[in-house]
Amino acid sequence: MATASKTLVQGLTTTKPPFLNHRRREAIGGYLFILPWIIGVVVFLLGPIAASFYFSLTNYQVVKAPEWAGLANYRRLLNDDLFWQALKVTTIYVAISVPLGLVLSFLVALLMNQRVKGIGFWRTIFYLPNLIPLVAGTMLWLWMFNPQFGLINGFLARIGIDGPLWLQSQQWALPSLIIMNLWGVGGATLIYLAGLQGIPTDLYDAVAVDGGGAWAKLWTITIPQMTPVIFYNLVLGLIAGFQVFAQPLILTGGGPRYSTLFVVLYLYQNAFANFRMGYASAIAWALFLIILVLTLIIFKFSNAWVYYEGDTRKR
Amino acid sequence: MRTTVDTYRRPSDARRHFGQFWWVYLLLILFGTLMMAPLFWLLSSSLKTEGAIFRLPPEWIPNPIRWSNYSEVFDRIPFARGWWNSTVVTTLATLGQVISAAFVAFGFARLRFPGRDALFLVLIATVMIPYHVTLIPTYVLFRELDWLDSFLPLIVPAWFGGGALYIFLLRQFFMRLSFELDDAARVDGASIWQIFIGIVLPQSKPALGVVAIFSFLAHWNDFFGPFIYLNSTDKYTLPLMLRLFQSLESTEWHLLMAASVMTAIPCIVLYFVAQRYFIQGVVFTGLKG
Repeated sequence: MATASKTLVQGLTTTKPPFLNHRRREAIGGYLFILPWIIGVVVFLLGPIAASFYFSLTNYQVVKAPEWAGLANYRRLLNDDLFWQALKVTTIYVAISVPLGLVLSFLVALLMNQRVKGIGFWRTIFYLPNLIPLVAGTMLWLWMFNPQFGLINGFLARIGIDGPLWLQSQQWALPSLIIMNLWGVGGATLIYLAGLQGIPTDLYDAVAVDGGGAWAKLWTITIPQMTPVIFYNLVLGLIAGFQVFAQPLILTGGGPRYSTLFVVLYLYQNAFANFRMGYASAIAWALFLIILVLTLIIFKFSNAWVYYEGDTRKR
Repeated sequence: MRTTVDTYRRPSDARRHFGQFWWVYLLLILFGTLMMAPLFWLLSSSLKTEGAIFRLPPEWIPNPIRWSNYSEVFDRIPFARGWWNSTVVTTLATLGQVISAAFVAFGFARLRFPGRDALFLVLIATVMIPYHVTLIPTYVLFRELDWLDSFLPLIVPAWFGGGALYIFLLRQFFMRLSFELDDAARVDGASIWQIFIGIVLPQSKPALGVVAIFSFLAHWNDFFGPFIYLNSTDKYTLPLMLRLFQSLESTEWHLLMAASVMTAIPCIVLYFVAQRYFIQGVVFTGLKG
């Protein structure tokens, strides 16, 4: 018996060389298949990130080779009023538009999840603004915000309100951008909607048995069950919010009086209008670190409020 | 997405339905109007005469309706050229992203090799890297290659990996496919390449469709890349062409709106043709198009 199984094992192991060969072939195939990505990551991602950090430590104006400058760019950054202004503008924008967008798209998703007639039609309506190309949509809002002939002030005039100058007003330009951004809630809504439809109905039945109404269902089932999706939308919203560029460029050019000078816009101006590539790289790295730290903080605190099925750490 | 609505057998059921859900309809109409108003305004403005554009109070229905705005766009700026440029860039970049993402995803999903999982973690991490960090060195690189003011910077990177999110999406899809056919084909002596082309890809049309749609939209709508890399007007893609109206002495809103509508049409058509893929894709990637 023992010898029989031994010979059997030997019989199996004699097939090992071709098996190994097959494995090696598969491994080589694997590397070949992912080769485009490896090249792409090195050439267009990791290489540029390293180069960008190096540039940030130099004086670099494209036409001449970079000159080593140590931390001079970063020191200058700390004393650059425009950089702080840009950081302030971007932070205010993110701090208002991200939570506002999260709440609004959640509410719209709750609405879209109601079983009423023709809901498919309404879902399309709410998603439609997301299909307008960014620049086309931005042009449309530029026209809507036109203080004299635009739709918004036209409407306000009809109900007896003298509308502000919107994009031409130092006070209203940033709120205008936030309003415009809210027009795109349909994208996040769709993600929420998928989450809402994935909540098991027996959870709701349990609340109903306990005598809970719609409000109790929302707070004890819907919101806790949706926290992973809220978290996902939050991270996406933050990363996108810190990188806003095209909208202020097209609508205001950063003005009036720097009231819509976003960080990436300021970065662009330094790099491509003034050819201060070294300084612009320092701005890029500063923003990168800010996004990174914020994301890490959010991930760290996510344990406290994001609910995952079968998560044992969660009490 | 399920949209089950019980059919009403008796009028009283319908009344009860509306009695219970009247507030939903009210909110839908209210919010829906808010969302649609800008789009209607876009269409309306695109059909107005220059005089009607500056009429107060603003009019919803253009009078007279001026269809010729749409043809005038082509006379005022090289819009046909822009259309062609956008088509070339979008087609080649989308093709590159779909093909290379499929390759890479297949490698990660169906083949075993040392370091695979570690490399996949790297791939996931790259999603978090903001584009502006790589912008300047990439620009310098393309400048050294003498690629500025050409389509190459907009197309070539798409052929190298095709974006971490798309790879991730395809990998998840490929992993769910059964390995039985693979194994059977291997026993019959099929090569890895034959398995990829003959077995995995034909089963993955829905996932490839999602990637193709989002890649198409991303490149069609892309402003930043063309804005950084293209200088001459005859190379402009459509989003850059739209900006030409801004630099004229006074903005011709009726033409700008007509051009914007035309830029948006392929995206809207694509949505209605491929609605199902669309919703899957948005949900999976969180991309907003």
